[in-house]
Amino acid sequence: MNHSIEVKNLHVSIDGQAILKGFNLTIPKGEVHALMGPNGTGKSTLAKVMAGHEDYIVESGEVLLDGVNILGQEPDEISHAGLFLAFQYPMEIPGVSIANFIRAAKQARLPEGEEINAIEYYKELYAKMDALKMDRKFTARSLNEGFSGGEKKRCEILQMAMLDPKYCVMDETDSGLDIDALRIVSEGVNLMRSEDRAFLVITHYQRLLDYIVPDVVHVMFDGRIVHSGDKELAKELESKGYDWVKEAFATASA
Amino acid sequence: MSDIDLQDQAIQVDTEKGNFKYPENYEFDAGIGLTEDTVKYISDVKDDPDWVREFRLKALEVFKKKPMPTKWADKDLENIDFDKIRYYLSKGQQPARSWDDVPDDVKETFERLGIPEQERKFLAGVEAQFDSEASYSRMKEDLEKEGVIFVGSSEGLAEYPEIFKPYFGKVIPTADNKFSALNSATFSGGSFIYVPKGVKLKQPLQAYFRINAENFGQFERTLIIADEDSEITYMEGCTAPKFETATLHSAVVELVALKNAKIQYITVQNWSSNVFNLVTKRGMADEGAEVKWIDCNIGSRLTMKYPGVVLKGKGARGEVLSIALANDGQHQDTGAKMMHLADNTTSNIISKSISIGKGRSTYRGQVHMPKHLKNCKNNTECDALLINTNSRTDTYPAITTRGQNNTVQHEASVSKVSAEQIFYMMQRGLSEGEAMSLAVNGFVNELMKAFPMEYSVELKRLIDMEMEGSVG
Repeated sequence: MNHSIEVKNLHVSIDGQAILKGFNLTIPKGEVHALMGPNGTGKSTLAKVMAGHEDYIVESGEVLLDGVNILGQEPDEISHAGLFLAFQYPMEIPGVSIANFIRAAKQARLPEGEEINAIEYYKELYAKMDALKMDRKFTARSLNEGFSGGEKKRCEILQMAMLDPKYCVMDETDSGLDIDALRIVSEGVNLMRSEDRAFLVITHYQRLLDYIVPDVVHVMFDGRIVHSGDKELAKELESKGYDWVKEAFATASA
Repeated sequence: MSDIDLQDQAIQVDTEKGNFKYPENYEFDAGIGLTEDTVKYISDVKDDPDWVREFRLKALEVFKKKPMPTKWADKDLENIDFDKIRYYLSKGQQPARSWDDVPDDVKETFERLGIPEQERKFLAGVEAQFDSEASYSRMKEDLEKEGVIFVGSSEGLAEYPEIFKPYFGKVIPTADNKFSALNSATFSGGSFIYVPKGVKLKQPLQAYFRINAENFGQFERTLIIADEDSEITYMEGCTAPKFETATLHSAVVELVALKNAKIQYITVQNWSSNVFNLVTKRGMADEGAEVKWIDCNIGSRLTMKYPGVVLKGKGARGEVLSIALANDGQHQDTGAKMMHLADNTTSNIISKSISIGKGRSTYRGQVHMPKHLKNCKNNTECDALLINTNSRTDTYPAITTRGQNNTVQHEASVSKVSAEQIFYMMQRGLSEGEAMSLAVNGFVNELMKAFPMEYSVELKRLIDMEMEGSVG
């Protein structure tokens, strides 16, 4: 079996407008890849398409999880296959507590007729909340309702930790975070780094990558990856700015 | 499916059940259609006392004179053909079915609700006797020791006329509306309860345990009287889905809470989608008394139900907490009425409606505080949740407040379960149905905390099943 997430020649459009134009990327398990690029270049579209969002039209290409194409599957099937998307803008679900939501998500992974063990569940939940420095009272609150930006993102990381995915796609997780929240969230991610897991960290800023140090940095422009390098590339981008990307690669992609 | 189709189908089921299966059994069957003879026939079979005979016949006159409330209500009411309805089948004449006749989806639902086999048969209407007779008589013994009366309405009016008669038809007069008149003419089944002074029942009473084939009758009539300083919680029917052959269900429920008494009446009903469910429910609260309705409506073709409280004595309190779920092709027209008739009375209405697909929810609320009253309070909250763009919801509050220091507070909200919310939940591994059902449960969560534990658990399961079924 192929232990990686592979995006092959992906072409995606919405409302007749092409967004992804032959996107290619392979992340083997155990690695963290950062995807950087200017706004409107298709980073978030990529994240949503990987998670099975129905608004986008896949013209061609594949997304392979351990060699199996997940395009065309329902979002819940993709989730069960091991892909987790940490949302840039997590949704508010009024009246549904964090504890009940995560429990329902874990229950949905069990075979029919099997009940989640409540005691074990809460033990695990509390241990992971402690690791993320979350107050236990937090679990009784309605999911994301009235949360600050930092609380929302920590809640995303908590869900990620509880669902134990093989592939994590993190869409602009650093947006809306102050430096303390950024550190806590990054520590949570770093705790989850392992040989059995791959991360795609989508970010606009290099700042996050000081905390979550990537193995590979990709630069995205106009619907595809135009340049890849090691963690130093992120710093180069930071100092030169995205205009440099546009100048260097706009002609190549035209 | 068009309305006409539905109606034809429904009526065929109705008439054929009786005609086809029991062609020779006319002696206990009031036949089809409603005339003076039908009503007299019911009185004969039930051996009604004279005052009840007169009561029924007068009610029939009122019923005939009253127009359909289609001016303000759903035009679908016009599709009820009163001449094609069977108004009375006596006990032995209930449409007998074998377990094999019960539709598979109903059987499945029972299984998934975890209802024991014996009870399932009872609920499906295939077995009038239900194997909890022992527990029922034990309960009855305990109640009798305290002087509590808990019998069927026919037994109530025959055996306890001195308590029954003064209150019967007083909270809801025959002429209240067309359907209360219909019920008054044809009623059978339902419960009569009397709780003596100072008796506070710790356990809720359930119609469920009263062995009576007419329990779930088409035109049941319930009267509950809580004497001074007494307390009672009554749970109507059962939370399990109903298997109804009747296309018209028109009940009347009257509650009387005397000085400082408390009555809580809980209903969680799930009707099959061909049923017109037109129910009149009202309580009267004397000085310092409290009447609380908890009312959950799932299913039916059209439900019209506005539980009310007449706040007759000083310091009386009234409350209506309701949840209505309208799925494709259904209309839940529900609400509450609060009539303040004394000083220092307070009322509270919380209504939550969920509309799915082409389902439609309507809230109608009436709060009345006349000029001469002081220090009355009402709080009304009605929230609607829409799931997908075809859903429709309307709110018609009618509030009249005059007098001194009377306050009324009204809040309404409409929210939607968005595609992005569903996507978010599905990304975490929930199916579309599970995601919707979680959103709906979240919407009613706060209100459900006011319900007894077992009812909120069952309601949650019913919502889950309803939502699962609504996903294509």
